[in-house]
Amino acid sequence: MKYPKNGRFGEFGGKYIPETLVPAIEELEENYIKFKNDKKFKKELDYYLKVFAGRPTPLYYAKNLSEKLGGGKIYLKREDLLHGGAHKINNTLGQALLAKKMNKKRIIAETGAGQHGVATAMACAALGMKAEVYMGYRDMIRQKQNVLRMNMLGCKVHPVKSGSKTLKDAINEAIRDWITNVENTYYLLGSAVGPHPYPVMVRDFQSVIGNEIKSQMKKINNKAPDTVIACVGGGSNAIGTFYPLVDSNSEIIGVEAAGQGLKSKMHSATLSAGSKGVLHGMMTYLLQDSEGQITETHSISAGLDYPGVGPEHSYYKDTKRIKYHSATDAEVVDAFLMLTRIEGIIPALESSHAIAEAIKVARKSKKSESIVVTLSGRGDKDIEEVQNYLREHDKN
Amino acid sequence: MTRIKEKFAELQAKNQKALISYIMVGFPNEKATLPIVRGLVKGGVDIIELGFPFSDPLADGPVIQNASTISLENGTNIVKFFSIVKKIRKETDIPLILMTYTNILYHKGYGKFISEAKKAGIDGFILPDMSIEESKEYLQAAKNKADTIFLISPNTSKTRIQKITKVSSGFLYLVAVFGTTGVKTGIKKYTLDAIKQVKKQTKGKIPIGIGFGVSTPEDVRKYIKAGADAVIVGSAYLKLIEKTPQNQLESKIISFTKSLKKQTIL
Repeated sequence: MKYPKNGRFGEFGGKYIPETLVPAIEELEENYIKFKNDKKFKKELDYYLKVFAGRPTPLYYAKNLSEKLGGGKIYLKREDLLHGGAHKINNTLGQALLAKKMNKKRIIAETGAGQHGVATAMACAALGMKAEVYMGYRDMIRQKQNVLRMNMLGCKVHPVKSGSKTLKDAINEAIRDWITNVENTYYLLGSAVGPHPYPVMVRDFQSVIGNEIKSQMKKINNKAPDTVIACVGGGSNAIGTFYPLVDSNSEIIGVEAAGQGLKSKMHSATLSAGSKGVLHGMMTYLLQDSEGQITETHSISAGLDYPGVGPEHSYYKDTKRIKYHSATDAEVVDAFLMLTRIEGIIPALESSHAIAEAIKVARKSKKSESIVVTLSGRGDKDIEEVQNYLREHDKN
Repeated sequence: MTRIKEKFAELQAKNQKALISYIMVGFPNEKATLPIVRGLVKGGVDIIELGFPFSDPLADGPVIQNASTISLENGTNIVKFFSIVKKIRKETDIPLILMTYTNILYHKGYGKFISEAKKAGIDGFILPDMSIEESKEYLQAAKNKADTIFLISPNTSKTRIQKITKVSSGFLYLVAVFGTTGVKTGIKKYTLDAIKQVKKQTKGKIPIGIGFGVSTPEDVRKYIKAGADAVIVGSAYLKLIEKTPQNQLESKIISFTKSLKKQTIL
């Protein structure tokens, strides 16, 4: 679906927003449509993506891991090598540049693991703008390194102490700020969620991932990969990876956070276990109770700890074009350690969900098959969290 | 004619404007809701907005957020809510409006939810995250059953005011300030301009209510003077409820309501 009519992917998406935000959303859509095909804008964005963020990122053949598992060849799309350490900068550069063209002086953002907050702070600093970031208090504790990075970058971090004190609540608070300061503020949303046009805009800015995979695999194998895997929270690295490949023959798998197991209620596997509903301006799959109250989620990775998901993923789930699986905290920590120790690459806990799935797929695949995994971020921020997990589970 | 329309007609005949009071059902506890409603009625309120809690009230400020959380912790659910509405209905014929977020209706099904609400005695709905673009199914379900009260903001364009007016019934809810509920910013010039603009666009076809940050008799007086047909007071009630001991609740609500209502009598 190139540009969703009425902001809908099938029945999903839309814009369920307070009236005060309507002019801002309309202004955003107008400008996005105007600039997305503007040669000068594209050239400027390409420049920053290349020399500031470090694109293109390599597609790395994980030889040790592939040989150990004895199946298909696993290739890692190294978004972890980007400036800031995650794919988030693809989107923040695009949106910050757009905000600048729109003459917006104040930028706000939400963040879960802190990667989007850091990427926002970096893009804004580079483009000479000021950013403020909302972050759940619980996430500030478990990802404190990223809080320090944001502070260093001159970005104000607002702790959010309502609700579950995680990403969902950070988005609520960012939207409240936007309602209050709508006239001078640009809301730089970090995932492929929210009211239209955010899901399509974030997808477009992240599609650089899938487009590069396509041409890189063409050089290696002269065809699209047999399997493509990415982790899904809100789903921005996944939709950026998948969208350019939905028309290919690749099998596509999104991996959600199963936390302590899908039956435990301590998970964030929205597509695997959720039902349809309306949250944060969009109609999509949600984790909610029998009355439509949003339930609290859990994941070892703050970046996937979210009860909703991008509406385009909901669409691909229902049309069955993409399979959505999940990985538990235990599988994720195992995958994290395996990649770290045998490849010398420390993956983010979010990305480790995709690695966990790749391990399962590789074991069952033929040697001739190719499996591309988007390594959405690096795991330096998670070292302490993993150490704590191992200590608690007596695995050290 | 719906209870809301009748009420506005009745007030017009008496040369009065409407006082609309918002409370959160189940806050501070389940038992408090009925005495609070009695206090409102005895104090002379014209219409009551009953808040149904939602886990993620993104248009609300800290006061209503907190009341929402406490109400949910107290176990407020749809069945309990409608049973309270039925009890209220046994005592009074006052128009009752249900205010909550879209997902609560969507999840149960717009048709089913609205029918049950109507049966319990609800006269209209306010859903702050329901934009007119997404409202088709909701409007169909509410047709001939309940009033659909949409919000207008000071930054809403003229053409959009007209579109919103077309699908609104009962009254139009003009948001006084850029912000969430309960923000106290004083009365802004842009709000007074917005009242004039909305009146111009609607040409008296539908009453205009002003809410968000309206908290004192002084605010009520100024907005009525500026041309509002109704004022909506919410967070100020919740703050009062929060600090008042249970046994004084009814009397405190009566006197606060009287002080507000007085300003709507011309």
